[in-house]
Amino acid sequence: MSQLTLDHASASVEFNKNEPRVDWHDETLWFVRTKRDRAVAQIPEWEQLREAASQIKNHVLSNMHDLLVQFEENAKQNGITVHWAADGAEHNAIIHGLIQKAGATRMVKSKSMLTEECHLNDYLTQHGIEVIDSDLGERIVQMRKEPPSHIVLPAIHLTKADVGETFHEHLGTEKGATDPQYLTEAARQHLRETFLTRKVALTGVNFAIAETGGFVVCTNEGNADMGAHLADVHIAAMGFEKIIPRAEHLGVYLRLLARSATGQPITTFSSHFHRPRPGQEMHIVIVDNGRSRQLGRPDFRNSLKCIRCAACMNTCPVYRRSGGHSYHSAVAGPIGSILAPNLDMKQNADLPFASTLCGSCSNVCPVKIDIHDQLYKWRQVLMQEGYGPTAKTVSMKAMATVLESPRLYRMAGKIGRGVLRFAPVTVENRFNPWYNQREMPEPPAESFRDWYVNHKKS
Amino acid sequence: MKVGLFIPCYIDQFYPQVAIATLKLLEKVGCDVEYPLQQTCCGQPMANSGYAHLTGGCNDNFVSNFAGYDYIVSPSGSCTLHIKHHLHATNETAATQIRSRIYELTEFLTDVVKVSTLEATFPYRVGLHQSCHGQRGLHLAQMSELVAPPFSKPVQLLNLVKDLELIQLDRRDECCGFGGTFCVTEEAVSAKMGKDRVADHLRHGVHYITGVDVSCLMHMEGILKRANSNVQVKHIAEILTATL
Ligand code: SF4
Repeated sequence: MSQLTLDHASASVEFNKNEPRVDWHDETLWFVRTKRDRAVAQIPEWEQLREAASQIKNHVLSNMHDLLVQFEENAKQNGITVHWAADGAEHNAIIHGLIQKAGATRMVKSKSMLTEECHLNDYLTQHGIEVIDSDLGERIVQMRKEPPSHIVLPAIHLTKADVGETFHEHLGTEKGATDPQYLTEAARQHLRETFLTRKVALTGVNFAIAETGGFVVCTNEGNADMGAHLADVHIAAMGFEKIIPRAEHLGVYLRLLARSATGQPITTFSSHFHRPRPGQEMHIVIVDNGRSRQLGRPDFRNSLKCIRCAACMNTCPVYRRSGGHSYHSAVAGPIGSILAPNLDMKQNADLPFASTLCGSCSNVCPVKIDIHDQLYKWRQVLMQEGYGPTAKTVSMKAMATVLESPRLYRMAGKIGRGVLRFAPVTVENRFNPWYNQREMPEPPAESFRDWYVNHKKS
Repeated sequence: MKVGLFIPCYIDQFYPQVAIATLKLLEKVGCDVEYPLQQTCCGQPMANSGYAHLTGGCNDNFVSNFAGYDYIVSPSGSCTLHIKHHLHATNETAATQIRSRIYELTEFLTDVVKVSTLEATFPYRVGLHQSCHGQRGLHLAQMSELVAPPFSKPVQLLNLVKDLELIQLDRRDECCGFGGTFCVTEEAVSAKMGKDRVADHLRHGVHYITGVDVSCLMHMEGILKRANSNVQVKHIAEILTATL
């Protein structure tokens, strides 16, 4: 990861320097959004499903403690070892300890945004453990030493040519090759060798079921299964909000997840893990890392309902035109922008502003998170806590003073229009961000109020 | 039916013709309209920038201008939405009443006045930009994210205009990227969104782009002008009052 993180606006300026690439990024993700629209339109009860999913999660958020304890008991009875981690550091240390105990120095890992959030790969690498990501997209960005730019499509910011170049460098494929079939085959051979030789495999968790003590992992490539089934030790890492009360609730989420994510009826592999196979060890690491703090914030708690489908990213017109890396956070896009300030307000104070509050995210969200309202609320919290730039605070105070006084407002309006009419060069310059790519509006001689007073009062 | 006309600050200053059209339209459909002279702004620029705590004075001023009207009507979805959701004031009883009585122009015409005919003619190809705050916030039209029957209050009204040809966009309700202060703080993304939005209209050969929010139109107008396009923007009130 690069050390110097740009704020969202500056990173977007960089991203937008290559406009054809922005167009391609936008169109690719819009294609996914369109696929999602077609898939959900085939379900007449779609809105009721969303409501059900939302209410089950509300129940979960209100009964978090009991459900987690119930899950722990049942998982233990199934022969799964349960670990609790208060933060990312504990999560990393627990996993490192398990790898050491297994006498391994290498691990294969399927997709888990939680491990990204906790920077597990960096941590293990520093401790001499080699980690190979087995999701194809994850593997591509891993070779490039980049974080994923999207939670479902981690390498969506890269073109076929970029991938060909990366594979040429790391897997020895032919230079200039862009044929997806050829490149995928190369990756498959490379990963097959990995699966066969790793004693420890880590997976994420999509849903953990309190009632049964089992968990479900959804992938389209079957890579989680390959890793977990071939390894002696299976570690599953989960944020505690992944819990659902009963197995019967799974149907609701499995129907929503894949359709919202990619427009598929269901993910290709929805694998249920309930107990280790004979001779295997199964561990689950349940992580807090700020989640209980978010649970304690009434305005933001239901961000924990998220099932990580990424529909909000695909639909977000800002995300599509700024790229995932501009959010400088493991989870990008609208949902990331309401989760990240909880982790670090100072570092992520820019993210709730990376939105036009168009509201598309909230309405596409399968669990009905009020994402854009939370973005608005985070803005209030962050500015009140003093994370706003001083210049902005000063200008907002001035603005408030003008707008609360009808007399000052009219004076400022007159002066403003005058300046625009008679000395446009003062605003039509490169220091005015509006003018960079847009013309200024043409100011009229009289305001509406002037007109009204002149015409109506007669 | 006494209607208080709320004209957002930038319309007052830069687009008086939109306010005039709105006033004429409301009078034409039989409303008794008054424009309170001491109004300024709804406070949204501060609130959306995270400074809702500085909007007290603005809110009190709004309440003292608009208390007591049967309806408050505004040619702006986004300012209307802001008032509906966020207006609180020293006189909270009056603020509560205002929140429930404020309407965006097109929803007022379709839902309250129930307009079924208009004497307007506009013989051009027109693209409608569904501004997000009006569409998704006030639910002026069905949004493409939901599985629900389609409807659109602005379209319902535009269909009453003689000779107007409404075109279909490829992305029927994508945001234009204006977003209040977003248009300057996130200039790169904002301008790119605006360019893409305009391109969708141009692809379909429009003569005019219309909408219920002047802010979005101002943004797209700036982009059209920079590109030396002869396509123009017009607020929906201007089209609904257009005659040959
Ligand atoms: S917030 Fe909603 S739409 Fe976004 S990833 Fe989570 S579940 Fe999906």
